[in-house]
Amino acid sequence: MMEHIRTPKVENVRLIDRTAPRKATVGTLYLSATHTIFVENNPETRRETWVLHSMVASVERPPTTPSGSHLVVHTKNFQVVQLLIPQERDAMDVQASLARLSRPEKYSELYCLSINPNANKEEREESWSFLDLQADYRRMGVPNNLWVSTPANSEYRVCDTYPSELFVPKSATPPVIVGSSKFRSRGRLPVLTYFHQDTLAAICRCSQPLSGFSARSQDDEQMLEAIMKSNPSSDYIYVVDTRPKLNAMANRAAGKGYENEDHYTNIKLQFIGIENIHVMRNSQQKIIDVGELKTPSMGDFLLGLESSGWLKHIKAVLDAGVFIAKAVAEEGISVVVHCSDGWDRTAQACSVASVLLEPYYRTMKGLMLLIERDWVSFGHKFSHRYNHLEGDSKEVSPVIDQFLECVWQLSEQFPCAFEFNERFLVQLHRHVYSCQYGNFLGNSQKERRDMGLRERTHSLWHQLWKDRAQYANPLYRADHTQTQGMLRPNTSPYCFKMWKGMYNRVEKSAPPRQTPTDLLTAVREETQQLEEELTNHQERIAALRKGDQTKGNAGQKTNKVCEEECRPGGLAPPTGDGPFTSPPQDYFPSQGGPPGPAMTLLLGPSKGPGPDDLSSACSDMESGVADLSSPDDSKDPDEAVYCTA
Amino acid sequence: MEFSEHIKTANVEDVVLRRPFHPPMQGTLCVTGHHLLFSNRDGDSSRLVLLLLRNIDAIEKRPSGSSGTITLKCKDLCVLQLDIPGMEECLNIARSIEYLSSLDIVSDMYPFFYRPLKLSLQDQWGLSSAEQNYAQMEELQDRWRLSHVNKDYSVCPSYPPAVIVPHSIDDETLVKVAKFRQGGRFPVLCYYHRKNGMVIMRSSQPLTGANRKRCREDELLLQAVIDGSGLGYIIDTRSNQQAQQARMTGGGFESKSSYSCWKRLHRQLERGKVLQESLIKLVEACGDHSHSVDRWLSKLENSKWLSHVHTALATAGLLAECVERDGHSVLVHGSEGTDTTLLVSSLAQLILDPKTRTLAGFLGLLEREWLLAGHPFQQRCAHSAYSHARLRLEAPVFVLLLDCVWQLARQFPLAMGFSEPLLLRLAMEVYASDYGTFLCNSDQERCAAGVKERTHCLFQFLLKPSERERYSNPLYEPTELAIWPSVQPQSLQLWRGLFLRWTQHAVHLEKAQEELRNLVIECRGAS
Repeated sequence: MMEHIRTPKVENVRLIDRTAPRKATVGTLYLSATHTIFVENNPETRRETWVLHSMVASVERPPTTPSGSHLVVHTKNFQVVQLLIPQERDAMDVQASLARLSRPEKYSELYCLSINPNANKEEREESWSFLDLQADYRRMGVPNNLWVSTPANSEYRVCDTYPSELFVPKSATPPVIVGSSKFRSRGRLPVLTYFHQDTLAAICRCSQPLSGFSARSQDDEQMLEAIMKSNPSSDYIYVVDTRPKLNAMANRAAGKGYENEDHYTNIKLQFIGIENIHVMRNSQQKIIDVGELKTPSMGDFLLGLESSGWLKHIKAVLDAGVFIAKAVAEEGISVVVHCSDGWDRTAQACSVASVLLEPYYRTMKGLMLLIERDWVSFGHKFSHRYNHLEGDSKEVSPVIDQFLECVWQLSEQFPCAFEFNERFLVQLHRHVYSCQYGNFLGNSQKERRDMGLRERTHSLWHQLWKDRAQYANPLYRADHTQTQGMLRPNTSPYCFKMWKGMYNRVEKSAPPRQTPTDLLTAVREETQQLEEELTNHQERIAALRKGDQTKGNAGQKTNKVCEEECRPGGLAPPTGDGPFTSPPQDYFPSQGGPPGPAMTLLLGPSKGPGPDDLSSACSDMESGVADLSSPDDSKDPDEAVYCTA
Repeated sequence: MEFSEHIKTANVEDVVLRRPFHPPMQGTLCVTGHHLLFSNRDGDSSRLVLLLLRNIDAIEKRPSGSSGTITLKCKDLCVLQLDIPGMEECLNIARSIEYLSSLDIVSDMYPFFYRPLKLSLQDQWGLSSAEQNYAQMEELQDRWRLSHVNKDYSVCPSYPPAVIVPHSIDDETLVKVAKFRQGGRFPVLCYYHRKNGMVIMRSSQPLTGANRKRCREDELLLQAVIDGSGLGYIIDTRSNQQAQQARMTGGGFESKSSYSCWKRLHRQLERGKVLQESLIKLVEACGDHSHSVDRWLSKLENSKWLSHVHTALATAGLLAECVERDGHSVLVHGSEGTDTTLLVSSLAQLILDPKTRTLAGFLGLLEREWLLAGHPFQQRCAHSAYSHARLRLEAPVFVLLLDCVWQLARQFPLAMGFSEPLLLRLAMEVYASDYGTFLCNSDQERCAAGVKERTHCLFQFLLKPSERERYSNPLYEPTELAIWPSVQPQSLQLWRGLFLRWTQHAVHLEKAQEELRNLVIECRGAS
């Protein structure tokens, strides 16, 4: 990659604070093989800002001004870094380099594949063995006398975008399996994804049938019949087509479509109306724009939010999950879910339903497993959707963004129900795009296996788990009523909010600058040691009376906040030109302070979240004042002076 | 007055009560002079629902066969329904409610009849006097004095008897200044910033009129305010154009030529009818149960309520910025100086002054800046969002204040000593209350009506240990710093606790609050 770097180092660059354009820090800009790095000149702080090349979405260069050339870097997780470079020539070089570096053409150019996989072999292997998908099926009680594992796809011959191990109704014979797959778009036949042990109802997923206007397949009909019979107490199943009905009908002209209720006995067809990836891509761009508005009025903001349609789409995804979850848990009816190819909307609907149904998927490890199952193993096209390699921009769409946002919206309604906090979701989102780990490379299990990613990269899951202390929701209690059973969210329009933590991180003064949960985490850590000492000194009987629960919780909490965020262990720092002694850290500072431009981190003596931080957060709030002079009424020349003073 | 002559049917059996979050309940309905009483005896347990008639904003009756249904829309935004057997009974009850819920005479209102065992009328009414406030602020005493020029309310009927003014301005001058300000509301001190000695003053508009009248005493008073510091700001809560137009009706603004050391900043804050209609639209939007996100967002936008929140907070931020950052004194006024003026001055104090962020401090602020400063509560809060009555002087300025305070508390969850339940309670009490605190339109009226002798004081009650517990913020960590709110639209949210209280089942959020409270107590206990 080094050959793409025209200018490895530019001096006297200004990093501009977008909320207070007059406040800028002067420093040196470095381009390394993997990161763009800005190092402040101020010898006291020497703050560093790191941007991973693969996180760069675009680099704009507005017209040159007398003071130099601006570069505006937009990242894939909706952050903006604005630089002022004195020489136009340097700015053009940096822009050209970044344009190339941020759009790798081959997987081997990606960060996770640019490192020596054997530098830390044991840790690498351990990271991949951390999650066991089969164990999760066993936890659900599968296989059992209703659902069995089929070897049909062990070589990916039936469906190359499915996992090798599939669970199907016990009564489904191999010819039915193969026949059904032939009647489904891209061979994605109906298979089990979630089994509800209390009601014996199941969630199955597939792609649309190749029904056209009249075609039918006895095997496929038998497959759905077998799914229904695998739930002994019910005499019908729901087929949830997550597309708008019009879209589904339009597909019939292309020889695809949806199940004809005359051919399939005992199915109830339900359309949900989640829009396609193109609509979602455009909608997200609009909400990003809303988040980046400089000084919008309340009207601009609300109308922008409305016209983006984003929250409407989030609601549609959540509604799909609610429908499925209710069918399974309340009616005890199995559900077959599909969309067109069954890898976008289907993944969303099934995984939202799982989160609603099963408390386990609301824990950190559970959510990881859920993503591993419904998204990674079932062939969600990560590399296409999240633009890992230079490719077809029409394939790009924020599908998993919407799933993560549904989880966030739920966590806003049920603050005690989730083991993880918002930071966890933000971090997951980041790594879907970052390619720092091998988990999300490629578009199917087969592709990942062919690339040998387990042997060449590290897994994200283990790293997140190691850092779990900073992702913990202090309000979560395994024994809390909100934690139990199925979540029944209110999906009235007013329950949906713009996810500021995702779309509005550029705003430096944005609250919450103090969050109750941060305080709680701080107070907890403070008392941690005392608590532990206390426990140690307590007599055994007293400890037993306190109950295992509290002890278990306290045990979990002892994990020290890991200062070095998710990074494959044992990585050498990138060979940048800067004087870096610690591994790159281009993340949120984990302190409870204000969400500054998220990629900056003080490399000074690191300070954990504590009461001190909160007061320093307060003093930082002063920067919020710049917003206060409303632009609406600044026409009076008298006050214009004031506003800009 | 005999309430009984307005009660034709006092009792009806077998009435069905429907209300949010509860299953329908059958029982006996009873109308008294001030309450609707609903009781139900279910085996051994009996339940009682008590509704203050004053809380009812609108009543709708609908006959169905031989029985009738009454829908009660309350000022706390709750909607109840009563199914009453017997058409005549239904109509009688509706008539009683209509009459008794809109009593005009202050001394007929419930606070004059409320006599709980735990409280005594001998208890102190109000939290503190102007004298006490003044005595507590020693720093300002060499430049500022307490004037009793208004001791019989003759100079300004809406001001309290004692106010703080510059030392160098004598009472005679004040009387002249009062004649030059609408309603006699001459500039008085409402906040002294210890850090730099700058102050916030408030008043009403000057009566310059079409021919640009001047008042030497007024100019003198303002000059005395900035004596030594050279420059002051005037924040006019009207647009420049509105201020110009006000001259046509005898009002006006401080012109550059007459007040050369003062710089005017205009920020248009809506009030009166516009604000009331905004509330009505917002409440209507919150009651719309259609399932379209677009429709919701468009109605929310259309109500403009959040825009008003935005402008109020931004203007308060500007005011605080002038004082703290620029180091200048500020005079704030609009027209009458009894609505948006108070809104902005009290929000600015919350931003700047840590003392106002405790439970007692906040109630003290409300007492000084709203009750004593003459916000006409009775006129503004006669009706709320549901009323079909023709709008007169209603305007939810105080609710807007509470909303802004809620936004501050949400942005700074640790900085306030009080919690959301207090704001919700105040939002309810201001419209219908057992206590006399929010009765009448000014201190003078309250004294004349004997409110302080014959009713109980809400603020005193809220500070009793049992209540304090309920309304304090478990996360409170006092900070001496100013709390600058973000006024980006993205940072402001709809106050769900108030506006969606009866539509969204907030039980999960409440549980989370409880959990948080317990955890904090547990953690603090351990350390």
